[in-house]
Amino acid sequence: MDPIIRFENVHFTYPEGEREILCGVDLSIAPGSFVAVLGHNGSGKSTLAKHMNAILLPSSGKVFVRELDTADETKLLDIRRRVGMVFQNPDNQIVANVVEDDVAFAPENLGVPSEEIRQRVDAALRQVGMYEFRMHAPHLLSGGQKQRVAIAGVLAMEPEVLVLDEPTAMLDPQGRLEVIQTVTRLCREKGMTVVLITHHMEECIGADRLVVMSNGAIVADGSPAEVFSQVELMEREGLDVPETTRVLHELGLPTETLDTESCAALIAEKLR
Amino acid sequence: MSEIRVEALTHVYSAGTPFEKTAIENISLSIPSGQFVGLLGHTGSGKSTFIQHLNALLKPSSGTVYVDGEDINKDKKSRRAVKNKVGLVFQYPEYQLFEETVFADIAFGPKNMGLGKEEIEQRVREACGFVGVEEELLQRSPLELSGGQKRRIAIAGVIAMRPGVLILDEPTAGLDPAGCRQIMDNICRYRRESGATVIIVSHNMDDAARLTERLIVFNHGAVAMDGTPEQIFAQPERLVEIGLNVPQSTALAMALREKGLPIAGSIYTHAQLMQALKGVGAC
Repeated sequence: MDPIIRFENVHFTYPEGEREILCGVDLSIAPGSFVAVLGHNGSGKSTLAKHMNAILLPSSGKVFVRELDTADETKLLDIRRRVGMVFQNPDNQIVANVVEDDVAFAPENLGVPSEEIRQRVDAALRQVGMYEFRMHAPHLLSGGQKQRVAIAGVLAMEPEVLVLDEPTAMLDPQGRLEVIQTVTRLCREKGMTVVLITHHMEECIGADRLVVMSNGAIVADGSPAEVFSQVELMEREGLDVPETTRVLHELGLPTETLDTESCAALIAEKLR
Repeated sequence: MSEIRVEALTHVYSAGTPFEKTAIENISLSIPSGQFVGLLGHTGSGKSTFIQHLNALLKPSSGTVYVDGEDINKDKKSRRAVKNKVGLVFQYPEYQLFEETVFADIAFGPKNMGLGKEEIEQRVREACGFVGVEEELLQRSPLELSGGQKRRIAIAGVIAMRPGVLILDEPTAGLDPAGCRQIMDNICRYRRESGATVIIVSHNMDDAARLTERLIVFNHGAVAMDGTPEQIFAQPERLVEIGLNVPQSTALAMALREKGLPIAGSIYTHAQLMQALKGVGAC
């Protein structure tokens, strides 16, 4: 299948910056896949995300959303409609005083007819499990709930790709779980392409593909189990690996599983 | 350096209104001088309400808080005095930086304590040393710095007051693994070198288990568990029951036991797990 997002040898330096933030990134993202991008602060992962819907444009190289070149200004609206972004701080993304007004903000601006807005808002809120809260004031919700409202606001634009830039960094464990479960479900059940930028390794475990960024380049790319099994590389990058992988690695067992249950089964098997 | 004693502490928000809510109820505990304590619990379990009583930011609805034997709510003077003794670092403290230079921001607390110029200067440098902020940053605007640097400066601002008790609410929230390690190292170092009592509120079970001497688990406004990490993780089922995560090694140890492997004792670090696996002949 043709990739939905494609990076071709992308370099990026901020206008007055000295340091190159992206140093020749090639990356193709398949439609309907769940891709996690892991890296420490300053690795370039957020800059990568901001290239996916033309918030930033490459200094050299190209980014395509389907066939659209993100550097083509006439296609900007189309690109933004196809690739929706959710950011770190839920409080900075909520604009209205009532949940459903907030979710309706984008389709209203796109000039969607009002009956259709109603349908889209209800559908989006149902998809993130916030329909019962549609008449609530956003500022009284928990962090995880606010972040799900922000996701609904993006879904109401009916995008093809959902890019989330550290959406759980400011949430407690419960809120983190809510957000990760929501985006996983959107991918698995609705076929949404999900790109999750994070520095929490445990959030990558359920992804189809894990891309590790370091100093503006991709240093590992594969299934989460494949990537985490490169324990030395991950340690060198200052990233954690799951305890399951670490234990299997040290016991000299195959590291193809990340799940606690199956890891325990493998160890028990070996001892039998 | 300072000890805390809490007796029958209860706090009710918006008492007498339809929004009345008991956040903590009848909590009694003591924290001896120099102890390193981790407070665990869900959002809404009462831990933040609890810590805000320890330096008189909140007044008990009933009950008493003693710091070094003195009732901190005895009068206006004691409420003021405790603020220099018990330093509280809130969540996302970097949002509270406001001065024009890093130096002025860190000096704000000591200045308000009425210290002389030289003393202030010395304390700012000392605090910078603890959190690894280089001297050349002192004249920069705090707003130009990275998230991790800002957080360390905010913590330095509290350390500069040389509190006998340092309390930090989620000090590593939102930082990447390297940033988390650095902050936790800074806190451990401050404690080691100053002898201060340190209390951290954390959602990170692995850190809490590895670094502290004592864990207090809050649930529904009360203390559900209280003991050494060794004691707490000897009963991981209770933590799961409360709905808290357990350290990854604890989870794996539980799964191995379910498979019938004789993994004994309290396991909450990677080294302990590997030791136990060695014991059953896995390596």
